[in-house]
Amino acid sequence: MPETSPLIQAIFGRLTFESIPLHEPILIGTFAVVALGGMALLYLLYRYRLWGYLWREWFTTVDHKKIGIMYMVLGIIMLLRGFADAIMMRIQQSIAFNGSEGYLNAHHYDQIFTAHGVIMIFFVAMPLVTGLMNYIVPLQIGARDVSFPFLNNFSFWMTAGGAVVVMMSLFIGEFAQTGWLAYPPLSGISYSPGVGVDYYIWALQVAGVGTTLSGINLLVTIVKMRAPGMTMMKMPVFTWTSLCTNVLIVATFPVLTAVLVLLSLDRYVGTNFFTNDLGGNPMMYVNLIWIWGHPEVYILILPAFGIFSEVVSTFSGKRLFGYTSMVYATVVITILSYLVWLHHFFTMGSGASVNSFFGITTMIISIPTGAKIFNWLFTMYRGRIRFELPMMWTVAFMLTFVIGGMTGVLLAVPPADFVLHNSLFLVAHFHNVIIGGVLFGLFAGINYWWPKAFGFKLDTFWGTLSFWFWVVGFWVAFTPLYVLGLMGVTRRLRTFEDPSLQIWFIIAGIGAFIIALGIATFIIQMAVSIWRREALREHTGDPWNGRTLEWATSSPPPVYNFAFTPVIHDNDAWSDMKKRGYKRPLEGFRAIHMPSNTGTGVFLSALSVACAFGLIWYMWWLAALSFLGIITVAIAHTFNYQRDFYIPANEVVRTEDARSQLMNGGR
Amino acid sequence: MTAAIQQAQNTEDLVFYVRDEEHHAEGSSTALGFWIYLMSDCLIFAILFAIYGVLGGNYAAGPGPQDLFDLELVAINTAMLLFSSITYGFAMLAAEKNRQGATLAWLAVTGLFGLAFLGIELFEFHHLIEMGATPQRSAFLSSFFVLVGTHGLHVTFGIIWLVTLMAQVKMRGLIPANRRRLMCLSMFWHFLDVIWIGVFTFVYLMGMLR
Repeated sequence: MPETSPLIQAIFGRLTFESIPLHEPILIGTFAVVALGGMALLYLLYRYRLWGYLWREWFTTVDHKKIGIMYMVLGIIMLLRGFADAIMMRIQQSIAFNGSEGYLNAHHYDQIFTAHGVIMIFFVAMPLVTGLMNYIVPLQIGARDVSFPFLNNFSFWMTAGGAVVVMMSLFIGEFAQTGWLAYPPLSGISYSPGVGVDYYIWALQVAGVGTTLSGINLLVTIVKMRAPGMTMMKMPVFTWTSLCTNVLIVATFPVLTAVLVLLSLDRYVGTNFFTNDLGGNPMMYVNLIWIWGHPEVYILILPAFGIFSEVVSTFSGKRLFGYTSMVYATVVITILSYLVWLHHFFTMGSGASVNSFFGITTMIISIPTGAKIFNWLFTMYRGRIRFELPMMWTVAFMLTFVIGGMTGVLLAVPPADFVLHNSLFLVAHFHNVIIGGVLFGLFAGINYWWPKAFGFKLDTFWGTLSFWFWVVGFWVAFTPLYVLGLMGVTRRLRTFEDPSLQIWFIIAGIGAFIIALGIATFIIQMAVSIWRREALREHTGDPWNGRTLEWATSSPPPVYNFAFTPVIHDNDAWSDMKKRGYKRPLEGFRAIHMPSNTGTGVFLSALSVACAFGLIWYMWWLAALSFLGIITVAIAHTFNYQRDFYIPANEVVRTEDARSQLMNGGR
Repeated sequence: MTAAIQQAQNTEDLVFYVRDEEHHAEGSSTALGFWIYLMSDCLIFAILFAIYGVLGGNYAAGPGPQDLFDLELVAINTAMLLFSSITYGFAMLAAEKNRQGATLAWLAVTGLFGLAFLGIELFEFHHLIEMGATPQRSAFLSSFFVLVGTHGLHVTFGIIWLVTLMAQVKMRGLIPANRRRLMCLSMFWHFLDVIWIGVFTFVYLMGMLR
């Protein structure tokens, strides 16, 4: 290590030229592609003068619909990054046999499996789920926006800021090499002295602020902003599952925040919370992080269950079977999700009684989940089923998720878990529920609500291709992992001794490539649909003969969602309105009170990213300055009391008349 | 036939939308939102208490509570914080009566008590560190410093907020938006009091019994 002068060190902290991974050809290639793509994008934005438009209409928006779309865009972009990591692992594992080291060195490979997990959970699944909730929930409850529109914008930008921090680690320094939950003592300063774990910590802290605040926001929105007549037991199931998810977010993310603060104190200050000496206890970390981590998987799956409920009843043309039991099942899952965390480390050695308690609570969760599956099946029973794309995803989910659920119950048996702990069987299990549950749900949701957001349907040819690639690809990729896990292969291995295992890894690699086709065709599906949008356009606002309130307004909905606040008389409010001959109001519009846009969220997030960067690289001046900046901007924001405006009545009239004309002209 | 007529009649009475917006009072959700935020913050303290509960006896052959804590000092400190809660209450009563001057005065007193609390806490920390009882010394001390320090950090931000709010009340008077903010800070301030009572009991008093 060459000597650096104290001045340089004070300015750049531990950032040196060696931190730029010039020795990794894969990263150089990636950087070249990203840089070229980025420059092309910047050029296009400049060329078509889109900066002002993006800033005014999107970045500073407080409209829950636009924020929802931005979350979805973030999630889809990060899906590409997360999947790139996945396919690199699959290639490495299918060639690293018979003495071959594969093409990834250990340092790089360990970062990849960590980044894959972190990105897929925090920056793919979370933004996509939050995006759908953001877009749909206010529409389903007949509200104009969320309770705290500025907070919503701020939350999005903090999530995006976290994603930026993760992406920076790709080209400046390194990412954690610890696995996605960064267990100490491995993640402590003595075993991970580099910047990787710090990137991990600060990315999650920045994004965590956003997630917690958006949880509070949506929770209050659902409790306070429901249209008249919508009692709790008349809320659409997606709104119910969103409510439970946001309760879980508010009740668990602070735990993650606290435990990461303690880990960073161990790393930065030298405290002894999770160290091996001076009284520290690493298992404390494992317990705490799973008290957040287990509810987290329900945070992801509950909204997916909500989507399936909406889709099944719409495409079966029937009221959802067992609405009340569905609601109670959701609530029971919410509560039980807190009582199972220890099943992630039965091997810790807590003793038979503790392990049996957590084994049993885990198995009990399958009861409400099973009830849900039967409710969906009974909704389909004697229904007039339309096999549109959302319905296809739902059926694929039911078949796939049940298998994943059953392997989960198998893992919940402590003696079995002692054999399968940390094996590829576990990896196969949670991919089976997260891909088969959350991801299939998101695809069902995207196909279902896309016409609401953009006013035209998604192309079915490419959508169907994407569907089959995903479903087949998933099974080809993960069945071999079940087999390998049962044979005792542990997770996160880079090379293998036993050549007889190779064939399974090759099959899994082929599966990953089929999934790659699924992702490609999904993107083509969106591109083709945007290209052919005039042919796919629909003017009614209700393309699927929907049942809930979001289909009552136009597609895309006007900024104010509903010209008049709807009144609800039935669970399936829109179905009920159509049945009883509801007529859309055509006159008497009033001015509408709306929140104004603000750039504060963008500034706060940018300062947070700068602060995180300073802390990661020990550039204390940068951290301190940007922290001061955060405080200053936040305080300055509170001095702005003019946060709303009225949409004049004649503008509402114009918008509504335009819709009337479209509805008469189309169909 | 009759059923159809009846249904038609029912439809007549049903309203599917309201023309007159039932006026959502501005910021009507703020109280609930702030409560939920406080509960999520409470969870952070719950974790720190849990950590202290598990690691609080791990002295690693270093000093324990009986060697370190000066209960008289902590009692004075506790009194400072409890007084500040009472004076905040007076500020709210004054605001209720629309007396802006009195509100500001009581807020200032509250802030001074808060500063006194922080001063004593920093003095205590300084004293401990000088004795070699640093946060790095043992898991007990790590969890002690972080639990008490996190509370202190909250009080610090409470004071920054208090000063900001005083400026805003001065500039715009006791308008509804400012009253709402006063109420939120009031909840925050009393919340910190409740947490402190937990700290005082659980860390200091029970620590002396350990």
